[in-house]
Amino acid sequence: MKKFWKNANGRLKLGMVITAFFMVIGFVVYYFPHTNPFTFNSYPNKLLPSGEHWLGTTSMGQDIVWLLIESIHNSLLIGLLVATVATITGVFVGLIAGFSGGAVDRVLTVITDTFIVIPSLPIMILMTSLMKGSSTVFLMAMVLAIFAWAWPSRQIRSMALSMRERDFIHTAWFSGEGTVQVVVTEILPYALTWSLSNFMNATLAAIASESSLAVLGLSPGNLISLGNMIQWARDRNAIFARQWFWVGSPIVATVLLFIGLFLLITGYNDYMSMKRGR
Amino acid sequence: MKFRKYFGLRLLTYVFTIWIGVTFIFFIPRMFPSDPVESMIGQIRARSGQMDPVEMDALRRSLRVQFGLDGSLMEQYGSFLWKGLLHFDFGPSLSSYPEPAGNIIGMYLPYTLSLSLTTTALAWIVGNVIGLLAGFRKNKRSSRILEGIAICIYPIPYFIIALVLQIVFAFILGWFPLQATINTQGNFAQWAASLFQASVLPAFAMLMVGTGWWIISMKSLSGTTAEEDFVLFARYRGLSEATIGTSYVFRNSILSQITALAMSLGGVFGGSIMTEIIFGYPGVGLVVQKAILMSDYNLILGCITISIVAISTATLIVDLIYPFIDPRIRYN
Repeated sequence: MKKFWKNANGRLKLGMVITAFFMVIGFVVYYFPHTNPFTFNSYPNKLLPSGEHWLGTTSMGQDIVWLLIESIHNSLLIGLLVATVATITGVFVGLIAGFSGGAVDRVLTVITDTFIVIPSLPIMILMTSLMKGSSTVFLMAMVLAIFAWAWPSRQIRSMALSMRERDFIHTAWFSGEGTVQVVVTEILPYALTWSLSNFMNATLAAIASESSLAVLGLSPGNLISLGNMIQWARDRNAIFARQWFWVGSPIVATVLLFIGLFLLITGYNDYMSMKRGR
Repeated sequence: MKFRKYFGLRLLTYVFTIWIGVTFIFFIPRMFPSDPVESMIGQIRARSGQMDPVEMDALRRSLRVQFGLDGSLMEQYGSFLWKGLLHFDFGPSLSSYPEPAGNIIGMYLPYTLSLSLTTTALAWIVGNVIGLLAGFRKNKRSSRILEGIAICIYPIPYFIIALVLQIVFAFILGWFPLQATINTQGNFAQWAASLFQASVLPAFAMLMVGTGWWIISMKSLSGTTAEEDFVLFARYRGLSEATIGTSYVFRNSILSQITALAMSLGGVFGGSIMTEIIFGYPGVGLVVQKAILMSDYNLILGCITISIVAISTATLIVDLIYPFIDPRIRYN
């Protein structure tokens, strides 16, 4: 770990620090005992930041800090859920396509390419607008995952194609290992390091798509994500009332989170290509 | 021969993409328990109070025909493909009944297309030029700073950039209107002036995100290409840095940028929808938002079908330009 940190480039370090900060807020601080931020009028309305309320309160008397922590938690949760489903599906489909070759590969590749170029936002709009009212975090994540697996799958397929010709795979094959065994013991460890950057990418994309849908009012109504928090503040005229902490804090949090994740992804990719080059 | 194979394969993917997309949007609403006809009848009933059950049945039947919900599932699918895909006929809009949904979309689509195509082309050109310069001399301080700025802007979703621009330039500074209004009553000059005023902020928001990505990817591509042996060889031959930059590094790096452009169009369209909604720019995004609010399924279906066709076609065009830039596909 110490060696990893020493070899890491600046981007990777900064990305890790920012992402870790958000993870701690979303999954540790979130569980500290606090007043439910959904309850209206827990506190006086429209307070400015103070020692007690670091970011003030909303016009419904909710504490903005806890509202923000709750939305960071939900956004991260959706992002990680989607990324997990998408990465597993993508690795699976990509490995099948890359290793079976022939007609199976061609069919899977056409399907994968179709899902990459298909405009996902309109279709997600259709699906979520039909689920309006009955949507849950899990359903939302499934809808987002439909369009998230194709890119990892494409990457894993090209990795599998180059992998097939490597010496150690041949060795494994000639020593009598079955296809399944080769894939699980030899390929999967490689595929997983490859998938890590896709995983983070899928997390970022899922959080972005979810917040876009939230702005359209299509995110589950009982779920407060970063996008939903921005949208609610907009709906309740926080901009016109110049309640900058209410509308501004989720914007700043989203921007920081995205820059952090993006630095993490590009930094990790650079780090891996450096490592491979050595 | 190779060109023909490339062309044929690309055309096949084009048809396949549209078919999968349209099949998706045909079957998804039918998998959900909600029925647009029943919800419309509910709305009518709520508005008009008591209604004769016989009339109600007649109304239900005629609505089913209009919404393409009569007949078996396969018949419906066939007529949806025939009418929707080939004639852009999606039935009447629910929210502005009996105006056909296709007409409404046709009215707003040019605005979206002009906004997103102009900004995409501009972002691609500007981003690639800056990226090339930054990658070609990547140790210069200015290229590091440029890349840093690009990294801080690109990952942010379109609507957040749009929202921040709106707050700063329209609300605080007051340079632009908060919500776009297009002057359709006056003469051409007034219309063009109001359109220009309404487009500045949306276009700027889309340019910021788009350019950021092309700078980042072009910088890393040209940075790698600049270290290739053939570039070193060109340098030994004594070619000028400008020649090396344009005909060696640029020509080799731009190829993957064309593929990337084709693949990014879907995302750009999504970004355009979000940007339009934030600024109230009169495009398909605004129609989609209205249709969602009113549960106008014909209009939603129409917008989505047309956007899938439009994006796939744009992607196809970009991909077909590719062989003219990469001679390997043309001559082999």
